[in-house]
Formats: sequence, structure tokens, C-alpha cells
Amino acid sequence: MPKDKSIKSILVIGSGPIIIGQAAEFDYAGTQACIALKEEGYRVILLNNNPATVMTDPEFADAIYFEPMTVESVVKIIEKEKPDGLLATLGGQAGLNMAFQLSEHGIIDKYGLKVLGTSIESIKQGEDRDAFRNLMYELNEPVPESEVVHSVDEALNFAKTTGYPVIVRPAYTLGGTGGGIAPTEEELLSLVSGGLNESPIHQCLIEKSIAGYKEVEYEMMRDANGTCIAICNMENFDPVGIHTGDSIVVAPSQTLTDREYQLLRTSAVKIISALGIVGGCNIQFALDPESKNYYLIEVNPRVSRSSALASKATGYPIARMAAKLAVGHLLSEIKNPVTGNTFASYEPALDYVVVKIPKWPFDKFQNIERRLGTQMKATGEAMGIDRNFERALMKAVRSLDMKISDLSQVLFEKKTIEELKSMLTQQSDERLFIVMELLRRGVSKHMIHDMTKIDLFFLTRLETIVQIEEDIAAVNGSSVTKKQLAAYKEKGFSDNYLAKSWNMTEKELRSLRKELGIKPSFKMVDTCAAEFASTSNYFYSCYFGENEAPKTERRKVLIVGSGPIRIGQGVEFDYCSVHGVLALKEENIETIMINNNPETVSTDFALSDRLYFEPLCLEEILDVIEVEGIQEVIVQLGGQTALNLAKGLEEHGINLLGTSSELIDLFEDRDKFYRLLDKLSIPRVKGMTAGNQQELIDAVQTIGYPVLIRPSYVIGGQDMNVIENHIEMQTHLATNIVHYPVLVDQFLPAKEAEIDLAADGKHMIIPAIMEHIERTGVHSGDSLSMIPAQGLSSSVEEKIIDYASRIVNESGYVGLMNIQYIISEENVYILEVNPRSSRTMPIVSKVTGVPLVNKATKILLGKYNLSKNELPVFTNGPSPYVCVKYPVFSNFALRGLDLRTGPQMMSTGEGISIGATIEESLNKYFASLAGKMKGNRILYTSCNPEILVEAAESGIKLEKYVGDLDEVEGIIGVLCLGNSEVDIFLRQWAIRQRRLVFSQEETLKAYFQANKAKQWNVKPMGEWLKHIEKGVAMK
Amino acid sequence: MDGYLHLSEGISFEGSWMGKAPECEVAGEIVFFTGMTGYQEVLTDPSYKGQIIVFTYPLIGNYGINKEDAESKKPQPAAVIVYESETNCFHYEAEMSMSQYLQKWDIPVLSHVDTRSVVKKIREHGSMPAILSTQENFEGEFSLQSDLKVPQVSTPKTVVYGEGKNHIVLLDFGYKKSILDSLLERECKVTVVPYDSTFDYIQSLCPDGILLSNGPGDPKDLKKNLPQIKKVIEQYPTLGICLGHQLAALALGADTKKMLFGHRGANQPVCDHVSGKVFMSSQNHSYVVDEQTLTKAGLSARFINCNDNSVEGLSHQILPLVTVQFHPEAHPGPADSDFIFAEFINLVETTKRRVVNYA
Repeated sequence: MPKDKSIKSILVIGSGPIIIGQAAEFDYAGTQACIALKEEGYRVILLNNNPATVMTDPEFADAIYFEPMTVESVVKIIEKEKPDGLLATLGGQAGLNMAFQLSEHGIIDKYGLKVLGTSIESIKQGEDRDAFRNLMYELNEPVPESEVVHSVDEALNFAKTTGYPVIVRPAYTLGGTGGGIAPTEEELLSLVSGGLNESPIHQCLIEKSIAGYKEVEYEMMRDANGTCIAICNMENFDPVGIHTGDSIVVAPSQTLTDREYQLLRTSAVKIISALGIVGGCNIQFALDPESKNYYLIEVNPRVSRSSALASKATGYPIARMAAKLAVGHLLSEIKNPVTGNTFASYEPALDYVVVKIPKWPFDKFQNIERRLGTQMKATGEAMGIDRNFERALMKAVRSLDMKISDLSQVLFEKKTIEELKSMLTQQSDERLFIVMELLRRGVSKHMIHDMTKIDLFFLTRLETIVQIEEDIAAVNGSSVTKKQLAAYKEKGFSDNYLAKSWNMTEKELRSLRKELGIKPSFKMVDTCAAEFASTSNYFYSCYFGENEAPKTERRKVLIVGSGPIRIGQGVEFDYCSVHGVLALKEENIETIMINNNPETVSTDFALSDRLYFEPLCLEEILDVIEVEGIQEVIVQLGGQTALNLAKGLEEHGINLLGTSSELIDLFEDRDKFYRLLDKLSIPRVKGMTAGNQQELIDAVQTIGYPVLIRPSYVIGGQDMNVIENHIEMQTHLATNIVHYPVLVDQFLPAKEAEIDLAADGKHMIIPAIMEHIERTGVHSGDSLSMIPAQGLSSSVEEKIIDYASRIVNESGYVGLMNIQYIISEENVYILEVNPRSSRTMPIVSKVTGVPLVNKATKILLGKYNLSKNELPVFTNGPSPYVCVKYPVFSNFALRGLDLRTGPQMMSTGEGISIGATIEESLNKYFASLAGKMKGNRILYTSCNPEILVEAAESGIKLEKYVGDLDEVEGIIGVLCLGNSEVDIFLRQWAIRQRRLVFSQEETLKAYFQANKAKQWNVKPMGEWLKHIEKGVAMK
Repeated sequence: MDGYLHLSEGISFEGSWMGKAPECEVAGEIVFFTGMTGYQEVLTDPSYKGQIIVFTYPLIGNYGINKEDAESKKPQPAAVIVYESETNCFHYEAEMSMSQYLQKWDIPVLSHVDTRSVVKKIREHGSMPAILSTQENFEGEFSLQSDLKVPQVSTPKTVVYGEGKNHIVLLDFGYKKSILDSLLERECKVTVVPYDSTFDYIQSLCPDGILLSNGPGDPKDLKKNLPQIKKVIEQYPTLGICLGHQLAALALGADTKKMLFGHRGANQPVCDHVSGKVFMSSQNHSYVVDEQTLTKAGLSARFINCNDNSVEGLSHQILPLVTVQFHPEAHPGPADSDFIFAEFINLVETTKRRVVNYA
């Protein structure tokens, strides 16, 4: 069937800011979809207020709206753009919910929008628990005994008849938000009331627990003609009971017989056909490990995190194909882009094993609940590919950037077997390591199987790893034979682990390995197990057999990616890596990408000339460099992960473009950095480095309270603390393990500002100055910020630029840099310099139209020179528009994490809104946050009297919280500035209820300011940018 | 212990024997299977008789060998080549591990072979004679035994299964048990007869329909059986599967040819020109019906392979004939084409009614 010619323009709904359960995978899906639609010649209109995405770049859509993801907003866009079609199945749950709401509000009919891909009816049938269950009964497909409830009483009644535990699944939520397993009536009560609240249609499914079954997923595709294919099946290492986003997942399934595989596949085909899906669909099953009984757990009638994983695991670009199917193409008409000579109507055959492991935020937030269940908690994931399971797993684990050696956690070596067993029952994120430690202690895999229900196949593979660990311990660097070492490498032991075991340096181990002629081979991911010749550019390493990596002679540059998404190092760095690749391509340089995050655009094999899916460890990067014969490497795009590799790469004689480790050290070593600032007469806060507790106490005495203490070389403000006085210091020392050396800085309560720049050693491009709304003490990632700055005097702005210039000139810095400032009245202090890409780079680039990463990459290549400074595009005086960047938190998913912003970053994502005035822009921000909530009441615990006056002027009712939450109608949020129990309680309540949390006075003031704008309009980014172009032309 | 795979193209691969090394060199045509599950079904499929099978999925044997999933009573290939062969098995149905099973039947397994590299050679040079040996160098001849494989796997005597309302005679060229199961599930009485049964004998059984089964080797090796097959097809509604499909084509006057390396896997896309749909199919064949020769035989290609446009199934201008190159009985592989059996039964029943009406 040819493409749909009845439509010319398509409104694509993105997934919005990144939150747990809805992350970078939708940037990947959305970007692919936009490319596919543009390829077909459609005008693409995109709504997505997440600026840290590739899909919101001008190349990928014709009109890009950074507007609130609300019905109101979509209606405004529709009225302005008059699109013919709507594509919502590639924007995650947010997109799906939007489509559903638009349909409920009659918008789709009113504007005659053609819904592309899966119909609204099908979406409803897949998502509405009741409708879905009825369909399954009709199809004779088994679903666990369950009941759809709309009240707590109904839920309790159900549990009374089936018995506990029961699972609570709220309808239309993502990542299992609000759901969970209730072992008792009390738990059920709290889960259901929360779950009903979470569900936009106030509905929950209460289900009999089938914990312990094998959890198996199928990624399916179907075209309008009814052709169905299974792209991939995946088996969870963790049985049913842990959200698949929090499970270790293996592709393809390992323990299913063909009969079982096909039983579930047949069921999946039946269901997707009955639902009438057009595009991608994810179906999750629970399979009894002792019989052929199975249950359907869930159907996601859209592309998902799992489909991104499946795309990277198989080489089949699901989202791209789904977009083509949505506009009427058939699977049998579209070429398989990987082989280039077969068709998309094809089920990939893998000749390798893929292991995905989640990345959790518990290393940052040590005191929150780590137990895993039906609510997803991971912020990201990493994937390992190899010819055997052991190495695929070890690669995945090493990709997590966890500062551990392979599968050994030193922490557990000191625990007793009993302690470990009790930890195992806690079902925490650490259970892989606990299982490993128990196996090392000789606890039988059968016992572990009984405790965890993890399949004995997987436990046996772990046992093999333990066995090899023992073998490794029994030899040393001089006694090990070639055959032995080759075997250890084949099963995944890193040079780092082996070197540690044998008291060698990693460098010595590498030389030993090379002397013995042991080096990795690279195998191709080709979707077809080598059955057809393929032009695939997607490779993984293994330690066995033929090397398939091509030999090429052009100038080539390696870009080191940023690994799994974590708080503080999010999708922004993937954006930067992708733009680095695109810039290199423009210069006709061969691009080699190394990364391990299956969710992202950077690991889209269509992007770079070659993709290596590997851990971002020195060993693997050097291996890729050697096999490719790479001369030049860029580490400044991949965030701190890539930057941390600089030194090791230099030691191996690799040429880093732009960033030398010496320079990194200059900015990150506090003493050197302060010497630099002093030399350049740049004001700074008082600061010292303390190597032990005594030095810390001395330092505080010299500097005076309040102080900010933090470890050096960190991401996202990990372990940062503001300490106000001596008592707080005592408590801090008593309750925390402080890893010395720590940096001790004077804490100056003041304004913050920051800039992103690209420099050529002499001149700089600074597209804008950003001003934070919250004051110092709130991590820049968690504060609201304004582009351009709204409250800085021109002398302050001049100082900001002047200091940056001094630093660039003194250090001869080339490439991207982020500088953070403290502004106290007319004084400007430099707080920190990050010699790399940053979280805000994509925002600055999009809002000013200056492609920073592109320009910086070309500077790095020596292809672009600045003859003078290119300074902010916004001239003095009122700017034609203002952008507000705001943090988005996932505290709803992380039980026990308080939402009081501070020096430790907590947000998982960010959004922007743009308005003609700051008021309009802020208004849009709060409109997108509040969602459906209406009201003007804010509960507070204590606050400054002047705030009360301001509130009254803004028409906000600030009401003192007196201990009851009976009358909650109209409460839009809470104001809790302190750290008291009541403050924490109220914030927790607001998180659960999805109401606004104000923990800083400035944020509340911004809310008052927002309320001054009575309405807002939508405008695509391209139109806003024209205002500056005009401004420039006029000068 | 180290073992070697020598290909007739002069390339050798090293591996290690899983279990004991074979006492003498093992020869066979080397082919590869790309399915990720279903090794037991493959090992017991008589169509693989005498071949050396390379599994492209690297971990084989994970769920052991069970009672349910055997397609015949014993493993059929001459040898098996894998990257990793699992010696443990924990699946609830598993009776023994794959290596135990193959050792029991004296079928050598060469493991720790770079199977991907082997497959690339087969892809380049085609399925070819290969030798498994304990010797690193092989000097001998790469000749394959020219013995006929079908008689080795066909039933020596007639066996009757089930007592359904439609009587199907299954002409056994090395049938997979799942074909029989598919018929029994659809209320058929099935009489399995030797591959060389004559038309008169078959007629004496009073069948309502005929199934020409799958089986090993070149269909032209059975040239002398074609006239009998032709008579059967002309008399009864017939379903031909795999080798059976090729034999039907030859019997009616079309031709077959050898493919470079055949189709073996669980993911071959096939387009049905009747419904316009594409489905995934399970396949295992080296020979294919030549599309150029169909018209003169009164045949037309109803099913086509989406990847290489080869003939995947036929219908006849007049005769109640359905033939498929793929395996509608699945096992291993997807059951998407299981409608073929329903169509066949329908054909049988309509023909039966017509005969009754005429009578």
C-alpha cells in the first residue's frame, strides 16, 4: 500500500521531560519517527517541551513547539497549524494519554484529525484495564484473576476473596506509577488510594499475584494489512514481581523451549491482531516455570522502553518502521535498512546474547527505599552484547560506571551468609551482587533459586563466573597461560579485574595480553545471524573468532558517549554526542561512536559511520581505537563519564581533541583552580581542600559558616552539603561516611548565573547568559533558570563574559565549557568551570539558534575559527522572548526521597517554556506542572510575612497547615521551606497527590509572577528565533 | 579435546568435542539453522538426515531434551556444530541434556567453533561437503555418500493413527511428527505409508486426502517414484510439504533446482498471493521449485519468499492441490501458516461432498 496522500502535515506528540519510566528511549523513537515522516515528505509539527532531545532540533521537524503538554496547548497548536494527522504512539505514555484526552474532549473529531497508526479505540482497549480484560476473555487468552476497581472498598473486597498478596495496577500510568504489591490489607489500602489518584481515569486493577513466574516480553509489529511479526522476545532474569524496567533483561529468551516461545508468540499475534494495532506493540507475559500455563501481564500499544532495547538488541529500527506503517506503508514494502537487501517483514535472528541492566539512583540517594517491585525506580539502563551470557552480563554491569571490579562488591565481602540471605529477601537493586557473594561463599544455587525464583539457568551461569574467579585467583600474571587468559577474557573478565587480582597495573595486564596475542574480535549486528550479506555498521567485541570490523583509511574521530542515563548526567549529553557526530559528518570525517545506552539516539546505528556497543571503560575504548586505527578522540561531549577517561587515554598516547587531562585537572583540582582564578584576579569564594577530619574542621574555622562541602570530581552534586553551623557539622560527621579529600567552600547566599560557551583558545561564542531563579544552595540542575538573564545589570553581564574570556585566554581552552557564577549585588564570583558539554547546552542552542556543539566540534577539528567573540544574541534591554528552564522530578517513584531542593541534584529531567515575557513563560511552566489541577490554595508550614502579602496580591490563598488534610479541594501545592518532620510529611503528601512543592521562597515568588500573566499563546521555536534575526538586522 | 571442521572449500575451523571425540572422520553436507529456539525439533527432523548442522544461535541446549518435542524417534544429523553447548538443564520437562542425548546416539558435537564465521563461508560458497575430524589437517576427498536418504527415514510398514472422520494417507519421505499431530488435531485418521507405496496400494486404503511429507535430500533422487505420485495427486486432494511440495511439482512436470545454501530457520517471510498477507514461516530446504517451469505443469506460485522471491507454495489450475515449501506444522518456528491444514481439510471435505453428490 502506498503512503497516505490524504494528509500533508502531521502533529507528533513527544513524551516531554524525562521522568522515571519515560526517558531517553522516546527521544530515540521520536527522532526516528520524525526522520521517517520527513522522508515521506510530510510537514512535521512537533510538540515536546523537553529541550534536551535530538528530536526537537530544527533538522528533525518543520515546526517545534516547546509548550505545555496539555490539551489546552494542543488545541492552540492545532488552531494555528491546522495539521491533517496526529501521531501519538511514539511519545510514550504521555503521548498516548494525550491522544486519549484529545479524543475524550472531542478535539480529534472537531478538527478532523486523522489518527495515524493505532486507533484511539485500540489504544483504549489496550490501556483500559476493563476493556482489555474483556477482550482477553473473548479471545480466550488468560489474564490473572483480577478486578477493575474505582474505590478502595471494591479493592478490599476482591482481596478478601482471593487472598493476599495482590498487585495494584493503576490504569493509564507509566512505569507502573502508583502500583505495587500489597501483602496486607493496610498496604492495599494505601496503595489503592494512591493508585486511584494517579490514574487519570480513577481506575485500578487489583490482581492476584503471580510473582515467581518467568516474565517474558514480545516486541511486536503489525501493518494495516494484518501482517504481524515478532521483532524480539526478551526474558527477565528477575521473575514476575519486579518491574521489567528494574529487571535485568536478556534477549532473546534463554530458558524457553520452542514450544513455549511459539505459544507466547502465537498469543501475541492473536492479541495485536484483535487490538488492530498498526505500528509497534509490547506484550508482557508471565509463564509458569512448571507448566505451559501463562498469563498476560500487560499490553503497551505503542513503542516503549522495551522497543528501544529490542531495536538495539536486534538491529531492527522499530520506531522508524512504526512511523512508516502509521502512514500506510506495509512491512513487505519497506526494506530492512540493516541488510539493505531484505524486507522489513522479517523477524531478526540473533547470533549473540544481549543483557540489559538498569541504572538506579540509589548511589546518590542512599537512604531511600531500595526494594524493587512494580513501581519502576531506575533512571536509565546499559546493555552488553556478546557471544556468551557471562560476558554480556559483565559488559552490562561494567557499563554502569559503578566503581566496582566486575561482579565484586567489596561491601558484601564483610557480611555474613545470614546477613546476605536476609538482604536477598529485601529484593533490592543489589541482588545480583548479593547472589554472586552467596555463590562465592558456597551457598548452593538451588537454595538461591528457592529464595529468589531466578531460573537455575542464570544461576548456573553466575556459578561459572564464580568458578572462573577462583581459577583466576589460583594463578598470577607470570604463571597464567595463553589459553587460560584467553578463556578468562572470553567469559568477560576485565583487564582491570585481572590486574587487581594479580597485583599488576591495568597497563601491564594489557601488555601481557598483547604479548600473548589475545585481543578482541569485533562481530557485526546484522539482524540475520549472517544468513545474508549486510552493510551493517554496528559492532560488538568478543574474545573469540574472526574479526569483522572493517579497515578504512579516511580521517576518523571517535566520540565517547555518556553511558546510562542517571540523575545529573542525562539525555543532554547524548544530545551533545549526537551533534558532535553530525558536525563531523558535515566535515566528511568518519565518525566512530562508542556507547552502551540502548535507549538513546547516539546508539542509533543509522547515525554514525560505525557504532561500537561497549562499556565506556579504558580497556574497551582502547580496543576500539586499535582495531579502527583511530588517531583522534573527543571526550568533552559525553559528560563526566567520558571526561574521566581522558587521563588514561592520554597515557596510551591518544590525541584528545580539545580536552587534555592537564586542563581538566586545572579546573577540577580545587587548589589549582583557585590559583588560576587568583592569578587572573577573578573573585571566588573562600575555599580549601581537606584531606581528613582535622583539616576539615580547621578549614571551616578559617572560612567561617555557612560552608559547602563536597567531594571532588563528581556528577550532579553527589554528596554535597551546605552546613550552616557547628551543630550541623557535628551531626554531619556523625551520620555520614566522608570520603576525603573534600572541598570546603564558603557558602555565599546569593544569586546564581551560568553560561555555556565554545572557545577556540582565544575567542568565544557565548549565546546567552542564564540566570537562576533560586539562590545559591540549590543545585543548578534543580533550579528554575531564565534565558536571557532578567535581573543582572549590564556591568554584571560584562564581568561574566570578561571572566570567561580571561579563563579561555589563559588556558588556551578549545571546545565546550560551562561556567557557573555567584552574583552578589554587583560582585561576580566564579563557582565552577566544567571543561565539557553541559546539561544546558541543548537549551542554549535551541533558544538562541546558535548550534554550540556543532561549532565547538568544528573548532576542535580545526575547521572553524573565531575572529572575535560572538556574544549573546540578546542585546541589552528587553529581549523579544524569555525562556524558562525548569526541573522535573521523579520523586513519585522514589519512595522516601524528600523533595526539598538543595545542593544535591534530584531532578531526572527538564523542560522549557518560552513566552514573550517572563510572566507568560512562567505561566506556561506552572500550567504544564499543575496539569488538570485547578485552585488557588497553598498550604504552608511557616513563612516570611512579606510572602503572605505578596500571595494576597497575586490572588493566592496561603493557608497555614494545621495538621489536617480533610479539605483538599483547590489545593494546588504546599510551601515547606524547612526540614522539620511536618515539612517533610507535607512534601511527601504533595508528591503522592501530584501537587506542587515549593521548598524555596524564590520558586513561590516565581509562581506569583506567573499568575500575573492571564493567558498565554503558542509559537514555534522557529518563529521566536526570527525575532532575534530581525533584531540583528535592524542594528 | 580439540576437533576440527574441514570444509571442501579448503577452510578449516577449530573447536573442541563436547563429550567424546568421534572414532573416525564424519562427513556430511554442512548447513546452518538460524532459529534461536527449537534445537531439539531440528535435531530430530528427518529432513536433516546425514547433514552437519551449524546452529547460529550461540547458546544451544539451555532447556535440555524432553519427551514432547521430538519430531522423530532419534536425532538425524551426522554431526552438530555450536559455539556453546549447555551441559546442565533445569527445564521442568527436560529428561536429559542435549549432549547426553547426542552422545547416546553417537552423534558428535563440535563446540566452541566460530559458528558465525562458518555461516559466512556457507553463505559465500553454498552448502558444501564437510568433514569433522580429530586431525588438524585433512588430505582426503570431500565426497558425500550418494546413498538415498529417504529410505533410511521412511517407515518400513504402514501404521495407522487416530480414528477421525477424514482419512488421510501420509506418504512418508521422512515426516515430522508435528505434521501427523496437526492432522490428528483436526479429527483425521492418518495412515502413514512407506515412501514408495504404489498408487494401487494407496487407493486400496480408500483415503479422503493425501499428504506428501517432508524429507531429506534432492527430490530428483526419487525420480522413479514420480509416476505413482502423479497418479495419487490426480486422484485425491493433496497437501505437499517441503520435499512433498517439490515432488508434487516434479510429478506434474515442473522442475526443481538446488539453492546456494537453502533456507533454514524460523523467520522466513512468505507472501500469500491469495490473501495478500505476509507471514513468518519455519523452513528447512536446499532445493526449490523453478518458477519458470510452472505454467507447463498447470501450476502457479501462490506463495513467494519475500526475501529472494523463490517459490514457496503452489496451487493447480484444476486439481485440489496445495503445496508448500515451508512447514505449516511449525515445530520449530512460528505457527502462522497453520491455516494451510485447515485449507487442506476443507479441500478434502469439499471434494468428498462433491464425490458423494455425483454418486
